[in-house]
Amino acid sequence: MVKQYETVIGLEVHVELASKTKIFCGCSTAFGGAPNTHTCPVCTGMPGSLPVLNKQVLEYAVAVGLATNCEITRFSKFDRKNYFYPDNPQNYQISQLYLPICRNGSVEIETESGKKQIGIHEIHMEEDAGKMIHDESGNFSLVDYNRSGVPLIEIVSEPDMRSAEEVIAYLERLRMLIQYLGASDCKLQEGSMRADVNISVREAGCETLGTRTEMKNLNSFRAIARAIEGETARQIALIEAGEKVIQETRRWDDGKGESFTMRSKEDAQDYRYFPDPDLVPVLVFEKFLAEIKDRQPEFREAKMERYQREFDIPAYDIDIITGSKHMADLFEETVALGAQPKKVSNWLMVETLRLLKENGMDPEDIRFSPKHLAALIKLTDSKAINSTVAKEVFEKMFAEDIDPEKYVEDAGLKTVSDEGALRSVVEEVIANNPQSVEDYRNGKEKAIGFLVGQTMKAMKGKADPAVVNQLLKELL
Amino acid sequence: MDLLTMTATQLAAAIKEKKVTVSEAVQAVLAQIEKTEALYHCYITVDKEKALERAKEVQKKIDAGELSGPLAGVPVAIKDNLCTEGLLTTCGSKMLGNFVPAYSAQAVKNLEEAGAVLIGKTNMDEFAMGSTTETSFFGVTKNPVNPEYVPGGSSGGSAAAVAAGECFFALGSDTGGSIRQPASFCGVVGMKPTYGTVSRYGLVAYASSLDQIGPLCKDVTDCATILEVLATHDEKDSTSLNRNDTDFTAALVEDVKGMKIGIPKDYFGEGLDPEVKAAILKAAEVLQEKGAIVEEFDLSLTEYAVPAYYTIATAEASSNLERFDGVKYGYRTPDYLGLHNMYKKTRSEGFGAEVKRRIMLGSFVLSSGYYDAYYLKALRVKALIKKAFDEAFAKYDVILGPVAPTTAPKLGESLSDPLKMYLGDIYTISVNLAGLPAMSIPCGKDEKGLPIGLQLIGDCYKEKNLIRAAYTYERAVAADVCANTEADGNGKGEV
Repeated sequence: MVKQYETVIGLEVHVELASKTKIFCGCSTAFGGAPNTHTCPVCTGMPGSLPVLNKQVLEYAVAVGLATNCEITRFSKFDRKNYFYPDNPQNYQISQLYLPICRNGSVEIETESGKKQIGIHEIHMEEDAGKMIHDESGNFSLVDYNRSGVPLIEIVSEPDMRSAEEVIAYLERLRMLIQYLGASDCKLQEGSMRADVNISVREAGCETLGTRTEMKNLNSFRAIARAIEGETARQIALIEAGEKVIQETRRWDDGKGESFTMRSKEDAQDYRYFPDPDLVPVLVFEKFLAEIKDRQPEFREAKMERYQREFDIPAYDIDIITGSKHMADLFEETVALGAQPKKVSNWLMVETLRLLKENGMDPEDIRFSPKHLAALIKLTDSKAINSTVAKEVFEKMFAEDIDPEKYVEDAGLKTVSDEGALRSVVEEVIANNPQSVEDYRNGKEKAIGFLVGQTMKAMKGKADPAVVNQLLKELL
Repeated sequence: MDLLTMTATQLAAAIKEKKVTVSEAVQAVLAQIEKTEALYHCYITVDKEKALERAKEVQKKIDAGELSGPLAGVPVAIKDNLCTEGLLTTCGSKMLGNFVPAYSAQAVKNLEEAGAVLIGKTNMDEFAMGSTTETSFFGVTKNPVNPEYVPGGSSGGSAAAVAAGECFFALGSDTGGSIRQPASFCGVVGMKPTYGTVSRYGLVAYASSLDQIGPLCKDVTDCATILEVLATHDEKDSTSLNRNDTDFTAALVEDVKGMKIGIPKDYFGEGLDPEVKAAILKAAEVLQEKGAIVEEFDLSLTEYAVPAYYTIATAEASSNLERFDGVKYGYRTPDYLGLHNMYKKTRSEGFGAEVKRRIMLGSFVLSSGYYDAYYLKALRVKALIKKAFDEAFAKYDVILGPVAPTTAPKLGESLSDPLKMYLGDIYTISVNLAGLPAMSIPCGKDEKGLPIGLQLIGDCYKEKNLIRAAYTYERAVAADVCANTEADGNGKGEV
């Protein structure tokens, strides 16, 4: 009989927080910048420099903890994790081991097999490391400390997941909550959300856990799913062959579709964790907690329900729009400026999604403002521009967030609906297309569509099609 | 008028009254350095040109009425573990032998804003690890009272520079007695304030939870005045206190009537030199005669302070000193094969024996499997020691005892027996473990003519009690605590 196996998965998710400055100094967290320009004595580990906790980082960490039903640790501390590597300027990372800021939480996920709670063991705050740049010659390496001290939280789950589907659902759920909080943009590709996956397998029905491996270098949901499948198969094959799974850290190569040993448990370093004496304990008082609770946003479920009550738009649209906090904000703010919800939704669902897809962008990357979308809708409502022109203006707005009113004015894109101005153009079109004119006169009603098109073309799209239609009928 | 016999505050007053110029004061100090430095070796770096230039700037500001504080124009020496922008900061180590900081420590900035003129950087035990200033990579400093003896440590260069008249006052740092003990050995006044009173920003850390910056100076008035300038809240240091009681000069009052002074019996047991003991008890009598209520009590736990201290301090040091790796600044071994080898050789060659010993000890007590048994237990002992002091301060305003069990040892006698050297810290280190303020003031000399230091310990935030008791004592005995300006460089400079 073939044995049945169960995969047991736990996640360590690193999320880069959206604070403008670093966790222990005032340097910018902005991406890019020439190497070592976003640095100071603190984040380059200069002798005598001292860390001071950024309050914003604590607020984000607590907000994420509350959103994931965690207990907030009222007396929390930072610890030093000691290890030597040049990307880590002090040769210790400031993290939290003994008293992390959040513990014992959970989030609910929904998959095809239904709803399920995934436990969160803890969430702790820590600093990111710098970046090593290895010279091609292999003779030397350079280090850029711009990333050193960028704030991170690490969300450690319980080993509660059993499939890639559940893992993806859990990550999607975390990403949604954190994006709604504005605590991070959570982009896997850019590394602002990184997941290390702990996997073990055991025979179905077995109570104890098998030996686990930790998989690193997972840069997309697809890579995570493939890595889980690959590692599950590898471990089952080992067990079936009578061999043992070795506790180790493995690196996933998505190109090759397989993983490789990075380091085994035997190589594991002794990090000599101890409380950082340069930082004082973090005391979370009731007032601070209450303020953060007050500021918690309306999360997706509540928003979906409210949209159903307040706006006459399809459930499908609601699902897409609330799938991104940024898009939902854009929708609500545009509606608040007086635009009809259905029209706003249409622009988001059709043109916006098309352009995002074409440009390989996420909804979080949308840059046009609600004010300008509302103005564009107003221009179409008043028939100042027709739908063809509107799409053209929208593309411009999507790319550069231009002011549609000014753009239409400057480019002379206003619809011409004045009969006098259009009459001569229509007459010319009739004169130049005798075949279509004859077809129409012979009862081919559809031929008029071609003549409308020709007129629109001659008018570079700016004519009011209704007026053109009317004029054609009159002159024919 | 011999400038060098003046205290810092007397000098500032004379400058203010235009009896002396800042340049004259700086030149007098530089001349003294010229005369005695070759023998004493108080400094690692003397910044002669910049000091003369700065003297002119400060004089201009004083003349323009922009600077009028009690330290304006006074030449100061800074221990070489305090960062000074653009000026070599070595920590007495080969590891930082070429390190020029891009910024100044907050304590140094405070002094500069007050118009003090930085003369140079003083010698010290490597990374402040030692009690004799003999572990410095840059050679030993000799005690100006008798150059056959050590000046104490780790702030030995600072204490010696004050005693030799090579500056008017100096900054030191005190992790386990590193201000008080050299002050005691060199016959000057030194204070370690309440932990958090002086910003540690820019102090190259030895043991972060114990390190505190403080003054070494000629008398109690100077001490209170300097501390007032140093004690400011600093947002760059998470452990910096925001105090509103830093008007320390207000405590320069000659009155101890009714002050309750406790003498811990534990501090007078085995190992204490009889001459030191006699001098301390005599000082207690002086204060009693002035109206203080003096009694003996049992402090307890004293024997656990040394092991607890050497566990906590070395644990922190092992981590604090990890950043010295040859990657970013300081020494890097010239020949290496790969990263790991570079780390190993750089640190093996860059650190001296005492530093390596403490890094190894600290790494050990933090290792997995030993953490609870050593580090956590030491933290519990630290808490108990604090509790013992709390109980004592419920009864007494000031605790009085010796700074060190003996006067200064001879050069070369200490390093061969580190354990004995560590035990020499027995009376000073519990003060750091409990975060308390404590002072060392001269209270006589032994038969060899070596100074003996009286230690006054106060409760947290109670520096004023110490200043009041010390000031009263100083007035009562009219002890000669001024710099040993007779020092002539041949070792017979006692006054």
